[in-house]
Amino acid sequence: MTLYDFLYYIILPILSISVLLIVIRFIKGPSIVDRVIALDLIITTGIGIISVYSIITNQPTFLDIAMILALIAFLSTVAFSYYLEKRNK
Amino acid sequence: MMDIIIGLLASFGAIFVFLAAVGVLRMPDTYLRISVTTKAATLGIGLLLVAAAVFFKDLSIATKVLAIILFILLTAPVSAHLIGRASYFSGVKLWKGSVLDDLEGKYDKFSHKLKSEMKENSEKKTDQIGED
Repeated sequence: MTLYDFLYYIILPILSISVLLIVIRFIKGPSIVDRVIALDLIITTGIGIISVYSIITNQPTFLDIAMILALIAFLSTVAFSYYLEKRNK
Repeated sequence: MMDIIIGLLASFGAIFVFLAAVGVLRMPDTYLRISVTTKAATLGIGLLLVAAAVFFKDLSIATKVLAIILFILLTAPVSAHLIGRASYFSGVKLWKGSVLDDLEGKYDKFSHKLKSEMKENSEKKTDQIGED
């Protein structure tokens, strides 16, 4: 079994299943805070999928997009929590 | 040899991300979910990114990966604290198995400030002195 097969047939399916589980929490989530957390974790898992995909396709350029996604996840969480606090005042 | 190292790093990273996903789905409480996502996801993503850095064997890519990991390590606790604070103010209930709520009755609901923190501390000090 080569590294390509291992990443393609074992690691990527595990990451995809975890994204599906988080999406279930995103749909179920009783409060809006749970949805914000689920969204944050989906983007973080997306960074992992991008890094595995850059190994598979041998293209290091994808890691730039991972960096931008990390930035956007942090900014969106901060903005959501700021406006949630404002709303309850 | 290199392939085995990359495979091990990627497998541990994927296992940690999967555990974070299961924890988010199974935990009974919003605050416990926040705790699970910040710890497990940070380590999992870090291992996956290190696997990519080992694979490419290039200094510029290793620097990029290090920058991403450092950024995630810095921002994950900050965002978790902010969202936990917002959820506490918006009245999310704790799980019924939770033992201790340190902030109960201490936050002002309207001005969002810690109420009489200094006063209570000084009272405790005087109490201890009195008992002595």
